Amino acid sequence: MSTAGDRTVGPGRATDRTVGSGPTTGRIHSWDLSTGVDGPGTRFVLFVSGCPLRCLYCANPDTWHMRDGRETTADDVMAEIDKYRGFLTAAGGGVTLTGGEPLLQPAFTAQVLRRCKEAGLHTALDTSGFLGSRATDELLADTDLVLLDIKSFDVDTYRKLTGGELAPTLNFATRLNRLGIPMWIRYVLVPGWTDDPDAVDGLARFLSGLGRVDRVDVLPFHKLGAAKYEALGIPFPLRDQPPPGPEVTERVRAQFREHGVTAY
Amino acid sequence: MTTMAPTQVQAPVAAWRGFTGEHWREQVDLRDFIQANYTPYEGGSAFLTGPTDRTRAVWGKVRALFPEERRRGILDVDTETPSTITSHAPGYIDRERELIVGLQTDAPLKRAIMPNGGLRMVESGLRAYGYEPDPFVTQVFGTYRKTHNDGVFDAYTPEMRAARRAGIITGLPDAYGRGRIIGDYRRVALYGTDRLIAAKRAERALLDARPSTPEVIRDREEIAEQVRALGELTRMAASYGCDVSRPAATAHEAVQWLYLGYLAAVKEQNGAAMSLGRTSTFLDVYLQRDLDEGVIDETRAQELIDDFVIKLRIVRFLRTPEYDALFSGDPTWVTESIGGIGSDGRPLVTRTSFRFLQTLYNLGPAPEPNLTVLWSPRLPDGFKEFCAQVSIDTSAVQYESDDLMRPRTGDDTAIACCVSAMAVGKQMQFFGARVNLAKALLYAVNGGRDEMTGDQIAPEAPALTGEYLDYEELSAAYDRALDWLAETYVNTLNVIHYMHDKYAYERIEMALHDHPVHRFMACGIAGLSVAVDSLSAVKYARVKVFRDATGLAVDFRTEGEYPAYGNNDDRADDIAVGLVESFMAKVRKHPTYRDAEHTQSVLTITSNVVYGKHTGNTPDGRRAGQPFAPGANPMNGRDRHGVAASALSVAKLPYEQARDGISLTTTITPEGLGHNPAERAAHLVGILDAYTASGGFHMNVNVLNRDVLEDAMEHPEKYPELTIRVSGYAVNFVRLTREQQLDVISRTFHGSL
Repeated sequence: MSTAGDRTVGPGRATDRTVGSGPTTGRIHSWDLSTGVDGPGTRFVLFVSGCPLRCLYCANPDTWHMRDGRETTADDVMAEIDKYRGFLTAAGGGVTLTGGEPLLQPAFTAQVLRRCKEAGLHTALDTSGFLGSRATDELLADTDLVLLDIKSFDVDTYRKLTGGELAPTLNFATRLNRLGIPMWIRYVLVPGWTDDPDAVDGLARFLSGLGRVDRVDVLPFHKLGAAKYEALGIPFPLRDQPPPGPEVTERVRAQFREHGVTAY
Repeated sequence: MTTMAPTQVQAPVAAWRGFTGEHWREQVDLRDFIQANYTPYEGGSAFLTGPTDRTRAVWGKVRALFPEERRRGILDVDTETPSTITSHAPGYIDRERELIVGLQTDAPLKRAIMPNGGLRMVESGLRAYGYEPDPFVTQVFGTYRKTHNDGVFDAYTPEMRAARRAGIITGLPDAYGRGRIIGDYRRVALYGTDRLIAAKRAERALLDARPSTPEVIRDREEIAEQVRALGELTRMAASYGCDVSRPAATAHEAVQWLYLGYLAAVKEQNGAAMSLGRTSTFLDVYLQRDLDEGVIDETRAQELIDDFVIKLRIVRFLRTPEYDALFSGDPTWVTESIGGIGSDGRPLVTRTSFRFLQTLYNLGPAPEPNLTVLWSPRLPDGFKEFCAQVSIDTSAVQYESDDLMRPRTGDDTAIACCVSAMAVGKQMQFFGARVNLAKALLYAVNGGRDEMTGDQIAPEAPALTGEYLDYEELSAAYDRALDWLAETYVNTLNVIHYMHDKYAYERIEMALHDHPVHRFMACGIAGLSVAVDSLSAVKYARVKVFRDATGLAVDFRTEGEYPAYGNNDDRADDIAVGLVESFMAKVRKHPTYRDAEHTQSVLTITSNVVYGKHTGNTPDGRRAGQPFAPGANPMNGRDRHGVAASALSVAKLPYEQARDGISLTTTITPEGLGHNPAERAAHLVGILDAYTASGGFHMNVNVLNRDVLEDAMEHPEKYPELTIRVSGYAVNFVRLTREQQLDVISRTFHGSL
């Protein structure tokens, strides 16, 4: 279990215990139940700790470091999820793994997904795709839906906004498409950062070429995470950034729709 | 079962043309009539029509009166005429345009006095709004005619008075009408009063054959009063040009007859809750017949319902400021139960179920009538989606589990007040308000002394003396305190209902019930989440006690973390289940007036604010005076894992041990239901299905942002129609007291981040 240096992780190096004998442990920040925002229906949302990216608008800075998470096992997580199984099923929901970045702990994530599938629950993986290469085909076979955050379609902007590279995410999207796994794309709209019409068009064109993109959620940037930055004593880079107006949001949604992509 | 006199059996051919079924023709049996004649509707809302110019004009006339009423508290009152079914001349909103006629007095929003409940209440109600009590009324009810309130205080014991004064038993209907009795107003439309009187005479004849025991004498007198009241209803209806002695022959008449039956009740009684019953699917039979005959079109059908609902929206009673502090916003609980599934599996949803909900669009959102959907995952999808959409748009609908009620009270169940299930026309209840479980816990700590005054209220017992509270010791003391509380409580309710029957009997409402009727003694508990979290804190953390010079525990400090109720955590939730079960068992030990069946509710209405005000610091960390959570809700802000976790904690409370209902009020932000309006309705349907499937009983659904409420506090004039569900009913937010507004705003808003 690596608990330090997760900032420097690049695609390819596993940071949790590999699948094998003994219980798979993982580090989580918390869990919650939400409706309609982390996949279909009401869902049990597991916030996995640790993220290789540092998105300027991140709303969950308290999930950046794996070392800040609480160590747990898939058994413990499943015991909690099990309390909601009936509710989640009746509500047309399921379980979403988010974070942080769940693929920073691929073995743990794989095990939770597998156990959820065994329990008959719909599964969703919320990821930036930056560590997509760590997701095995077996892990993805247990994933009913990927919520893929594409932060920007412009390589430079992506790097400035997240500290990482765009290419792994696009590769992951292509792979998911090949495997036939449905995707909901999440696109956070930040004026001056991600509202450039050409970049949006480029992304829309890319997505329209993928058959398994069910929808794009254009999410207006918000500052609800600002209090967390304050509590953590770290500066919120976009503290003074205004949210997009409704006309910009609608324009971006319209751009996706022009390419035949369902957008909300 | 009410039986018709044999001479009355010939069918009124014209009025009942086209109807099928037999049993209901021979006996008063509304359920049989509905089952034999209704047309289930499984489609969507596309058929609905908007408001006509006529509807807009009539509603506009009433709406124009609201600002003045809000400013002055009441618009007008007739101080001289104690209200009876026939006391007031006909009144109209707009005589030319109104389709459904009848007002409580001779003018809209003009209130009446009902001194049978208590003269002092009438007088203080009048003075609060700047009116002088009429000397003749004061003379009659002060000298010659004893009231319910007088009777109760003649029979209260010193212990009951002390418990009432201390606020450990509160909100008792000892000075106002108890309400929560639903007359089966549909009977007036289906049978007409002549046949109902004949049926009552047949019931009376059976009693005449029995020995004159006190019980039989009382029943005979009551039925005599019921027959008299039906006669008065007939005369009152005639003053509006309606002959309700015969059955209604058209949909228009059916709505009108039914409403006149209800109107008679609200002219005679100012019960806390004057609920309507389950009328939409009954009325649909008539509307559908007229539609099939080509007599009316959809626009007209909707107009009739819109006009009916206008009348229900303007039911008013004269209340006192103390009453308003308990039940804020001038509520009348004109509860209409909609939907549900029949015992044969067919949904009881009709087009008129939709038409009732549509009034929230045609007339705008409003708290009354208290539209209550009897929910089951088996309801038709189109209806479920429409309900959710209306909830999201108006926050004016509440939901109760049809699946929990149907096996117990049948498929002709309606909700009285907020969450009280009753078989219409066959069951009634003695409303018992509630006891304060959080205060009782402090009595356990303090050996029966009140934490606010130091007075000895419960019998003297050893106070807990440790520096830290010990769970076993506290549990044992609490159990003894609750034994005392349950006994005192049931005995107090027996006094109240004996006197209410004697001095303020609900003549017309009971005339629209079978004889004999099944009675519930509806007890209730408040402060559940405070008591549970306090016990959890003592059990799972450490709670240090701070005492004053007299040894009274006045403050507590929690050291460490404890599991709070509302997070689907069995450690806390099991304490809640145990408390509900244990208090119900204690209540059942004590005999009730008229052998009523013991029940209890976990419901506060808006009295959670007043209860909190009268309760000192509690071991869960709640400060003295801070409001309780409403009903069975977790304490505000302590349910940290979202609406599903919170709801599942509440769903664990056993309905079988709280048959008078378990109330959960949720507030979800629009974003907390999904990114876009199209999805939100589907997601809300999912939550309601899942909550019901998990055993949840009641859910008030608000879909609101906190900033809207904050803006409404600052600029009430901008939000005259802002409706919010509190605990079992809805109110105009701007009519809540400031304290209650702040309480609502401080509640958990389940959102998303």
